Amino acid sequence: MTTCFSSASSGGSGGCEGNMSGKLFAVIVILIALASAVPIITHTFVGANVAPPQDISTHGAEIDKQMDETMIEAGLSFLAAQILLGLFVWSFAGRKNGQVKTFPGGPKYLILAAVLLVGAEAIALGAMGSKAWAKVYFQPASADALPVQVQAGQFAFYFRYAGPDGKFGAIHPDKIDEGSANFFGLDPENDIPARDDIQSGEFVIPVNKEIHLMMHAKDVGHSFYVRELRVQQDFVPGLDLSLHFTATKIGKYEIVCTQLCGLGHYNMKGYLNVVSQEDFDKWLKAQANS
Amino acid sequence: MRASKSCVAILIATLCPALMYGGTISGKITYTGTPVRQKPIDMSKEPSCAKQHATPVTTETVVTGANNALENVVVYISAGADDANAPAQAVTFTQKGCQYLPHVVVLQAGQELKVVNDDQTSHNIHPLAKQNREWNKSQPPGSPAIEAKFDQPEFISVKCNIHPWMHGWFAVLKTSHYSISSNGGGFTLPNLPPGKYTVTAWHEDYGTQTQDVTISGNETKTINFAFKAKAY
Amino acid sequence: MSEASVHAVHHGPPTSFIRKHIFSLDHKVIGKQYYALALVAVVTGMVLSWIMRIHLVWPNSPIPGLGWLSKVGAPGGVVTPEYYLSLMTMHGTLMVFFVLTNAPFAAFGNYFLPIQIGAEDMAFPRFNMMSFWTTFVAFCILVTAFFVPDGPPLSGWTAYAPLSAVGSDAGPGQGLGQTLWGLSIFVFCIASLLGSLNFIATTLDLRTKGMTLARMPIVSWAWFITSCISLLAFAVLMPACLLLILDRVAGTSFFIPSGLNVSDHLQPHQGGSPLLWQHLFWFFGHPEVYIAILPAIGIVSHILICNMRRPMLSHKTIIYCMMGIGFLSYMVWGHHMFLSGMNPFSALVFSFPTLMITIPATIMTLIWLGSLYGSNLRINSASLFCIGFISMFVSGGVSGFFLAQPSIDIYLHATYFVVGHFHMVMGVAAIMGVFAGTYFWFPKMTGRMMSETLGKWHFFLTLIGTYAIFMPFHYLGLAGNVRRYSAFTDDFLVPLLPVHKFITIAALFTGAAQLIFIFNLIYSHFKGAPAPENPWECTSLEWSTPSSPPPFDNFGGQHPVVYHDPHQYGVKSSSGDYLMQTSPERAGETP
Repeated sequence: MTTCFSSASSGGSGGCEGNMSGKLFAVIVILIALASAVPIITHTFVGANVAPPQDISTHGAEIDKQMDETMIEAGLSFLAAQILLGLFVWSFAGRKNGQVKTFPGGPKYLILAAVLLVGAEAIALGAMGSKAWAKVYFQPASADALPVQVQAGQFAFYFRYAGPDGKFGAIHPDKIDEGSANFFGLDPENDIPARDDIQSGEFVIPVNKEIHLMMHAKDVGHSFYVRELRVQQDFVPGLDLSLHFTATKIGKYEIVCTQLCGLGHYNMKGYLNVVSQEDFDKWLKAQANS
Repeated sequence: MRASKSCVAILIATLCPALMYGGTISGKITYTGTPVRQKPIDMSKEPSCAKQHATPVTTETVVTGANNALENVVVYISAGADDANAPAQAVTFTQKGCQYLPHVVVLQAGQELKVVNDDQTSHNIHPLAKQNREWNKSQPPGSPAIEAKFDQPEFISVKCNIHPWMHGWFAVLKTSHYSISSNGGGFTLPNLPPGKYTVTAWHEDYGTQTQDVTISGNETKTINFAFKAKAY
Repeated sequence: MSEASVHAVHHGPPTSFIRKHIFSLDHKVIGKQYYALALVAVVTGMVLSWIMRIHLVWPNSPIPGLGWLSKVGAPGGVVTPEYYLSLMTMHGTLMVFFVLTNAPFAAFGNYFLPIQIGAEDMAFPRFNMMSFWTTFVAFCILVTAFFVPDGPPLSGWTAYAPLSAVGSDAGPGQGLGQTLWGLSIFVFCIASLLGSLNFIATTLDLRTKGMTLARMPIVSWAWFITSCISLLAFAVLMPACLLLILDRVAGTSFFIPSGLNVSDHLQPHQGGSPLLWQHLFWFFGHPEVYIAILPAIGIVSHILICNMRRPMLSHKTIIYCMMGIGFLSYMVWGHHMFLSGMNPFSALVFSFPTLMITIPATIMTLIWLGSLYGSNLRINSASLFCIGFISMFVSGGVSGFFLAQPSIDIYLHATYFVVGHFHMVMGVAAIMGVFAGTYFWFPKMTGRMMSETLGKWHFFLTLIGTYAIFMPFHYLGLAGNVRRYSAFTDDFLVPLLPVHKFITIAALFTGAAQLIFIFNLIYSHFKGAPAPENPWECTSLEWSTPSSPPPFDNFGGQHPVVYHDPHQYGVKSSSGDYLMQTSPERAGETP
């Protein structure tokens, strides 16, 4: 077993295979860096598609642009750092008694570069990103958005439409009876607005119409995530939270829970069904009559 | 004397079968009024179950038959008969197509219950017992049956922790005299020795009703139960 | 800065077996005890991760032996959905607390901080002993959760309320298991606070003559800064755990609002806020991850300086960056909560300092790179893990840049992108720092050398293996793969299973490669080549102790006097190209 220590007098020679291992490291690190970039560009890894799905929302374009910008900055920084690391290790590993060289300019320019480049990038992305964020969160739902309520409970999402009276009946946690499909704990006997409420396991919405989604948690924390809609928001028990968005493409999309909520968390999902306004009206009518 | 002995023997021989079979209480369970329409169940979150049903199944809170028959009513002797020992045979409760089959299973206190998972998905059965110990247990697909026992008589609501629409009932009784109304709404309680009995009919939504019946010999007494349907 | 006067801590050499090896007051023994505990925790945590990864890609296959550990959690050896989450919870808890807070900080810091500043021991040796044994008690409490009837908790190491607060209605493991978890972490906090007090007092008061703060090695600075962060962070986690336990057993409602129907049981609570738990937890949680990485940054810098045979381009910059990171770490906790339901405006407020933390991190990386340039880098197992650290630190850091932006977080939150990010920085980079420290300090701690050949095999297999495991996590995240799922049955997840298979196989191979390290550690302890006093020819005080391992009072009755900073490399001296801190010689010209 060779060790890498040296005799004190010779000042730094030693039986290191430093050259070989250092060069091996350099090659590996650069190869890994380049190989890591490939799936980002090709959107494929071991045969699977690993890209975000197509955006079907009106606010998602800014988010995607943010993501692409960041990918370029981060990707270039990542590649530059790994390649430089590899190059420097290749050049200087195992070097014995060479003249110790100071990086041109010393630490000053490196610090300056870090502060200016990263600082500028961070501020630019921060500013850009706040616009995208504001579009989702700083504007209230428009007055003619379609109100739908969603309740998250271990382990399914249920949706409620207000029915012809346009009013949602009160929720009574003690009256929840899932076996009878009273998921929201409505009391139609005593609560008149509850009588025409439509409870549904499927989230059906008309295309190109703003939806005001009111979020209610039945038991513990959950989260509402539709990848294509570029929408994700936690449910907080005790808090009235809401989201608003507009879907632009007809189709069926998965809603999944992304906040650990118990043993069935992996199984907690539903479907968002974006349909034409006509089909939506038909569906709503059919629900009311079932 | 010898003649009277053989007379007694013949008498016993004739009467014995009658003594073994005893009386019967039977009847029909019906509802009055209009029951709430049962809602279709959306199983879309579990595609492996959803595809087992060509048309969606409905909730089973109120299951009705022809001529206002009310099904899934548990009819049993609640007073007048001795508590019975649990039979050795187990009762099976099956999870299939993300439904509990049967919707109501009747068993005796101390009798073994076997819970079987016949689906491609995990279930987590959760009997919401109040008198008995409350527990829940996961069953990944292909795992062995769960064996459970309940020591106290109780009507236990059963749910699946993973699939909220799955609901059923364990009717745990002290008595061995029970019947559950199927389509047609009929029930029958045979093999009753003479005595005064209280017959209880239990429905998961419409509540409980009782009637007293006296059996003196081998007769069949007919009693009917009529439950008032709820508007909501 | 004026020199602190030396308050020698006089405790005589231990005589009994118990005093020598079990209830020892010697910081060196305590450091090794922390290391041993961290080793047990990391092996346990790693095995848990194997079970998790195997279950994800082969869900119905029985895992041999698992049915014995838990008949309920894994009937017939097949992991149930709740048991997967329990294993995940214990994996995270063990790794973050008992490995990443223990090994780089408590283990190496306890062993080497006093020596590096020229002290005989820590300022409070009894507190020190108590902090290790309290940590051990916390560990035991945590492990018992595996053996209670309902199993360990399933709410993750983050234990969000109300899932963690309402009790067993919320799921299996949420009864006694969750309470034990809360108790374990509460006790762990006590131990950490004691340890941090010790580190701070020792650093400020026990430096030997000539050891100004400016002459402390970078790694001592890292331990000092980490202990300051730790004092404030654990001081918040401790009451948070207490409040959680009270909600669970005493009927309080700190974290539970009214009107909850959990599994058909109405919860008798009102007035509490689930977000309060998140704020308290992450106010601790974010500084905690810097507690995990800063010592590793210090260790790597320290080892690199010696192996590069030159000072850092600017060691003061690295120290200021570490301080900056420590300070900023208290301003960013809300970036874990962008989508939590807190006021959306605060997301922007938290995002700004989060993005700003990139600056000191980038500066440090550029300083490392700039220092490697023109150096005489000696390659050995320790220095390999240091450059491996730099690579991983960069990789893990850049993914943080995405997550720091709330609008991008809308898509990436709670996906495998996050899991990849924190595993690269904490699970790999910080651990590489621990490996580097082990290979580097093993000769001093045991008097023997570890095998270089085995060390190099260990390094290269680990470098390639960990990239193979965790880089694909980011691809999964970009595809929207949700985290904390015990099975991938959703329509969009099934096509991603090939990626998960790849990861699982990489994880099993990389895990096996760690056996090389464990073998090396144990074998070298008994059969390693005898080590000289200063095998790496480094300047700091630990290499000037009269023996390896050092005598019980570190310097054999002497109090060392310090003449230089620890960066005298590339200078002409009688020892070669370096000058030890204790050498009264003056440096010649750079050769």
